[in-house]
Amino acid sequence: MEPVLLNTQLIFNGVAVGCIYGLVALGFVLIYKATEVVNFAQGELLMLGAFFAYTYIGILGLPYWLGALLAIASMAIFGGLLDRVVMRPVVGQPTFAYVMLTIGLGIIIRAVASMIPGWGVETYSIDTPYSNAVINVAGLVISVEYLFIVIATCLLVAVLYGFFSFTRLGVAMQASSQNQLAAYYMGIPVKSMFSMIWGISASVAAIAGILLAPVSLIDTSMGFIGLKAFPAAVLGGFGSIPGALVGGVIIGVIESLSGFYLPAGFKDIAAFLVLLVVLIVRPEGLFGTSTRKRV
Amino acid sequence: MALVEVNNLAIQFGGIRAVDGVSFEISAGEIYTIIGPNGAGKTTIFNLISRIYDPLDGTIVFNGQDITHEQPHRIAQLGIARTFQNIELFENATVLDNLLLGRHRHHRTQFWQEIVFFPVVRHQELEDREKVEEIIDFLDLQHYREQFVRSLPYGVRKVVELARALATQPELLMLDEPSSGLNVEETRDMSFWIRDIRQQLGITLLMVEHDMKLVADVSDRVLALNDGRVLTEGSPSSVQGNADVVAAYLGE
Amino acid sequence: MRFIFKTSYQQDIRLYRHGGDIFWYGLLLLALLTAPAVLDVYYIGELTLMAIFAIAGVGLMLLTGYTGQISLGHAAFFGVGAYTEAVLIEAGWPFLLSFPTAGLLAGAVGVAIGLPALRLTGLYLAIATLAFAFIVEEVLARWESVTHGHEGMAVGDISLLGMDIDTEWKLYYIAIAVLILVMLGALNILRSPTGRAFVAIRDSEHAAQSLGVNLATYKTLAFAISAAFTGLAGALYAHKLLYISPDAFTIYMSIELLLMVVIGGLGSLHGVVFGAAFVILLPQAIAIFRDELPSMVAEQPGLESAIFGLILVLVILFEPLGIYGRWLKIKHYFSVFPLYRKATFKRQKTYSRMTQR
Repeated sequence: MEPVLLNTQLIFNGVAVGCIYGLVALGFVLIYKATEVVNFAQGELLMLGAFFAYTYIGILGLPYWLGALLAIASMAIFGGLLDRVVMRPVVGQPTFAYVMLTIGLGIIIRAVASMIPGWGVETYSIDTPYSNAVINVAGLVISVEYLFIVIATCLLVAVLYGFFSFTRLGVAMQASSQNQLAAYYMGIPVKSMFSMIWGISASVAAIAGILLAPVSLIDTSMGFIGLKAFPAAVLGGFGSIPGALVGGVIIGVIESLSGFYLPAGFKDIAAFLVLLVVLIVRPEGLFGTSTRKRV
Repeated sequence: MALVEVNNLAIQFGGIRAVDGVSFEISAGEIYTIIGPNGAGKTTIFNLISRIYDPLDGTIVFNGQDITHEQPHRIAQLGIARTFQNIELFENATVLDNLLLGRHRHHRTQFWQEIVFFPVVRHQELEDREKVEEIIDFLDLQHYREQFVRSLPYGVRKVVELARALATQPELLMLDEPSSGLNVEETRDMSFWIRDIRQQLGITLLMVEHDMKLVADVSDRVLALNDGRVLTEGSPSSVQGNADVVAAYLGE
Repeated sequence: MRFIFKTSYQQDIRLYRHGGDIFWYGLLLLALLTAPAVLDVYYIGELTLMAIFAIAGVGLMLLTGYTGQISLGHAAFFGVGAYTEAVLIEAGWPFLLSFPTAGLLAGAVGVAIGLPALRLTGLYLAIATLAFAFIVEEVLARWESVTHGHEGMAVGDISLLGMDIDTEWKLYYIAIAVLILVMLGALNILRSPTGRAFVAIRDSEHAAQSLGVNLATYKTLAFAISAAFTGLAGALYAHKLLYISPDAFTIYMSIELLLMVVIGGLGSLHGVVFGAAFVILLPQAIAIFRDELPSMVAEQPGLESAIFGLILVLVILFEPLGIYGRWLKIKHYFSVFPLYRKATFKRQKTYSRMTQR
């Protein structure tokens, strides 16, 4: 394949995968902006979302769109409950406590998922209306699955942006994120806002899982992709929603290119090398702001 | 030559000049107080001197040495100690441990000696302990030695922070609002201690303070700031009577 | 209630607080030394593993518990120690040289992650250590000329002072000896200026700097010592397993190490030993209870992980001071009976002002 075409192909694939990273990173960032907690279990939420979709579509036989929607709704509820039951009691504790807590949650979710009958340790797939279709454009082979990921991600980010900027609820959530005390005084039920943000974040993870399912199939170790989302979130700047997506896409592209041009093994660690470089050179990422404690 | 010379110090945060062209000098053995309404830039000046911030402009000279761009941890080694507005004690350590940390700049042992606990380390520890006990006696902290800082009342914490700063045996001691949060008795104790620190220990003091009675009681000279700029400088009574200063505090 | 009457500063500096301490620790030491005569080989092996993990735990505790630097990738240092030992033994080095070298090399790797991480705090540091661990794992797997990659590598026997260490109990004694040395070293550090500087960094970096503590030096030192201790544990691990491969040193192990520190109780060296015992014995306990549980639950491979995660979550939620903390509370309860106040140990929640710059 001639170079320009090859690179474009690699880049496009990278963008698609990067969108998934971006979506997971988006989930991180949503929760972080609100509560300064990083949810190390975000990858597992993605996996759960995919499994819910499999249950509705594959096991119960519902049509694709309905099943997907139900999965997203189920995860929204799950995320909200998670915050209400597990995270709320630990408000105000040092970072280490949160980190270990969410790591522990991730472990539990993965382990329990592997024990549920009908899920277990098998790999599954779900049929989508667009599975395995490809489009040929000027010599590029564009998998419709990948295309769908990119389009869906863009739509989702646009919807979220609109939600947070223009709806009352969204603005209230932004207020809660920026200054809890002031939000309380304005009559905003901050704790409920946080549970809702967790719900939204879990839904975003679910969408990512559903989009990823045709590409990588569904199994309980799907959640590991969550680890790749850290470089994305850090690159974008942990407090920035568009940043998360941009970071994800850049990581995806870098991975795709290094998979082809660099020796074996580099593809797996490319994302983490980028992460380390960003943390050393510019910890606040592309769009973030640096914060420091006031003495 | 003055102990401390601050020349044209300036720093900007975002669009705001928190400190703008501030200059002053402090002679050895003085008690020099900076006053001004909230947001005047007083603590920012402290943070510039202890090198938490980098100035946009200006210089800070201590004992003839330019410390404007010195590394933060070197400031203590040069002989400057400080307390913090919101108390930065080591919460999960005892009062004794906090004070012993004040002796850090006098340490000569390396970690490989400490991991084996050579006699030189033991000797240094005992020396430290004696020095620290002198300060505990000076500030009446005997009852609180073994207590964890997180369980102490606010007034005691302020004293512990003062003790820790004294443990470094500084030439210049910077106190950020030493009387804030203290009741009348505690403030009175503080004013006696401040004067004793100058008289008995020969330490120069730079203070930020809001309590005007305390300022008048202990200060040799006062600097009034507003909006990052110097309003006036002089004796406590002349500054407190100055029309601009009164206007800054009360608003016009 | 025991009242310790102090008559000299030496008493405060000493490692033991009173005669009773010497008695109990002496008894423990005796028990540990005579264990091989009493216990079955299998249990000696388990004790050896506990000691090895406890050594690593001391390292991690120094870094995370005392200096406040969160490390999610400590398995990397464990792996470096293990592989260094394996490679050097294969090259014919004597144990007395290869063992410290394994520790030193792991320490160097610790500096390699500590230096760039100097400006990072809390969360960012945690993520950086995670990324770093992945990279190290990949390097161990890909550097096939040295480590034999995914094939794994056999580990030769230790030859110590002319004696072949070829039985469980011989390795056990070495492990216990190293554990005691490492703990003494850690305790010495903690009662010295270095240890205090570590705690200062954890509790307030600004204040530490204002007292003359060079953050860069001490954070790097903390990483180095922590990594070195963990590397020594890794070297012993290599000899215990007799065959190592990169898949042993993954993020699972890092989390196991952290679990040990959390369960033991942050900021407590005693806790490390409790934590190590817990982490090693947990699979055994689960295996025993498996017979009791309904087969649907018991046969699942995920059961161990689930319980693992559950304990982690429960400890964080309900007993952040860990097992040692619970032990302290129990001791305290009895020592001040009937005047125990629940509030003595009540957690203080802290909120710090963060501003955007």
